[in-house]
Amino acid sequence: MAQEMRSPIESGCPDGFQYMHPTMRRNYGLWSHHDHPRPGVLVHYAHSGDEIWTVKCGTQRILDVYTLRTLCDIGDKFADGYIHFTIRSNVEYVVDSEDKVQPLIDAIEEAGFIVGGTANSVATLSHTQGWLHCDIPGTDASGVVKSMMDELITEFKECNMPNRVHITTSCCQINCGGQGDIAINVQHTKPPRIDHTQVGNVCERPSVVARCPVAAIRPAMVDGKPSLEVDEKKCICCGACFPPCPPMQINDAVHSKLAIWVGGNHSNARSKPTFQRLVAAGVPNNPPRWPEATAIVKKILNTYKADAKDWERINDWIERIGWPQFFEKTGLPFTKYHIDNWRGARNSLNASTHIRF
Amino acid sequence: MADNKHFDTPMLDELENGPWPSFISGFKRLRDDHESETIRGMANSLLGQLEHSYETRKGYWKGGTVSVFGYGGGIIPRFSEVGDQFVESKEFHTLRVQPPAGNYYTTDMLRQLGDSWEKYGSGLVTFHGQTGNIMFIGTTTENTQHFFDDINEYGWDLGGAGPCVRTGMSCIGMARCEQSCANEQAIHRHLMNNFTDDVHRPALPYKFKFKVSGCPNDCQNAIERSDFAIIGTWRDDMKVDQEEVKAFVAKKGRQYVIDNVTTRCPTDCMTLNDDDTLTVDNSNCVRCMHCLNVMNKALTPGDDRGVTILIGGKRTLKIGDLMGTVLIPFKKLETMDDYEELVELAEEIIDFWAENGLEHERCGEMIERIGLVNFLEGIGVEVDPNMVAMPRQSSYVRMDGWNEEAVKWFERKAEEASA
Repeated sequence: MAQEMRSPIESGCPDGFQYMHPTMRRNYGLWSHHDHPRPGVLVHYAHSGDEIWTVKCGTQRILDVYTLRTLCDIGDKFADGYIHFTIRSNVEYVVDSEDKVQPLIDAIEEAGFIVGGTANSVATLSHTQGWLHCDIPGTDASGVVKSMMDELITEFKECNMPNRVHITTSCCQINCGGQGDIAINVQHTKPPRIDHTQVGNVCERPSVVARCPVAAIRPAMVDGKPSLEVDEKKCICCGACFPPCPPMQINDAVHSKLAIWVGGNHSNARSKPTFQRLVAAGVPNNPPRWPEATAIVKKILNTYKADAKDWERINDWIERIGWPQFFEKTGLPFTKYHIDNWRGARNSLNASTHIRF
Repeated sequence: MADNKHFDTPMLDELENGPWPSFISGFKRLRDDHESETIRGMANSLLGQLEHSYETRKGYWKGGTVSVFGYGGGIIPRFSEVGDQFVESKEFHTLRVQPPAGNYYTTDMLRQLGDSWEKYGSGLVTFHGQTGNIMFIGTTTENTQHFFDDINEYGWDLGGAGPCVRTGMSCIGMARCEQSCANEQAIHRHLMNNFTDDVHRPALPYKFKFKVSGCPNDCQNAIERSDFAIIGTWRDDMKVDQEEVKAFVAKKGRQYVIDNVTTRCPTDCMTLNDDDTLTVDNSNCVRCMHCLNVMNKALTPGDDRGVTILIGGKRTLKIGDLMGTVLIPFKKLETMDDYEELVELAEEIIDFWAENGLEHERCGEMIERIGLVNFLEGIGVEVDPNMVAMPRQSSYVRMDGWNEEAVKWFERKAEEASA
């Protein structure tokens, strides 16, 4: 006997005000200015005279219910019972007076979370699902981030970079991790391996053909079965055919590499928002700690920290010093793969005598 | 089963070392300590499969079709390809749940969600995924429905997955930030809750994302990461508290202010005067936010606030990265009528794209294919020089409608002047 199914309540996005700290609710849209008294702590002053003190901390992002409850315990005992998550999955506690700040910090650190991530820090890496849950990942996500944050933790805690640094990781070339000052993304280097016995059953062939950005896929009969074939000379190994057609396996334990991109900046501050640019590729996808990728990221960060002026994001810094100096200062090789050949690529070439000697 | 045998996880064990909090330690705690045998088993099985991925450098999840009664999306179905080895996590679906704009919670509500999830799921959760949802990671097809029924009763609804309107995202905004020029809570909910049908029943060419940032710092990455970006801004003069400017100069020195404020202005619209006050040529200020970021006490946005709307941002697939393009340079959002106009604009755009977009073509890609002008004519928005970085370069264009278009422009200008 089929049970009657419950119809959903299509309530959509809930009202945020019910979950806001009362000081935030009371002063909504009525803030005056803010300060950054120490790393990991922000204070905002309202025109009403109210203050709100924020303590930010990094977590493992994939939370088990125990960790979630630990975060709630801290919130209940030390932070008025409220928790805000930043868009990079950091936890922010807010309190209405300065005297609550130090006990809160002590409790957070006692529980093993990391206070920091404000202002000119290397913020928590934003990441995707990876091997833990994605259906098309070339690498892991949470593990890469854990490994890198172990190494970058000082920059998270001390907040003394020239400007903020947002690092992202993505476990395929779709780049769900998004644009970043530094982005570490999977880059496949070989065409998909096709299981011709499966394609006809599993894949909607016309939409797979349509999905290819370079029109390298065409329908074909292979061993008497309808399948797809790839013009391997045209193929750019992007993996776009793999999600709609899993028998076109793009992931490879050896040939799926990591590439590193820099200079993506979402802010309109100073210059218009910018896309990230390729700086390194062929980096081994090397679990469980990905040391090669971390080493390159650290090299870029150290060079930026030493060379950039105050308030320069990575893209601002490179804009000032020029790409030749970026490669020279970081010691990264400049190769033919750095020269774009995608649509609009000529706009990325230097059509001037502006050259630094 | 699970209590009899723990999968060995030598590679994952490495991720328990080091100072950053370890997600693996959290998984193991569920495996070892949780009172529910189901959760212990799921955690063990998941660790086993993840270790297998680490060893072989491959993923082993495949998609499928799972939703809840009455909806078509909102769930990321995951079936294990190696489920015979890792039985207890062979079905491991994620529920995407819409958070409030700005991601605020009470601890009470987080506990309630955690309790429900413990009843029906793996006990693993992320605040939030890259599309902005609370990700309840790991449950069976059957429990997907039970968990949803449970949390739906106390105010939570599924987000988008698949070709549909996706869950929206907003920055922290007016709740804590003095730079916000937009009521993110109102914008976010007016838009999202107008499109609940398009969120829950995927029937569009591809995904469509709304993101809201309170100011041009765009902490929400709206221009790069959303099809419909709403960014707070202002159109009168920025407010300058000259006493605070003097105080800032006294504290940091003239050289610092010259090097880090005035000379960093992208349009050279600021001068530091001999008496340590600041002169701003507001007609040339592009609202980049840099000087306000550096001197947030002395400089604040003006009072005539509204939003800029940009359309068509997205990442690589398929034609390459696209930033959003300015569609509406400035729109007031004060009255209910203003908000209704915003929602109507979004409806117009989604309808036009649903009609004209190809399968798996984002709105920005459609605009690239058909040209901005055809898009504007399709949705009934007039051209504006703020939409372009520079005018046409190529002379290869037919322009025999020039006179009529020029007349239209002057008529519009006259109308604006008399308004």
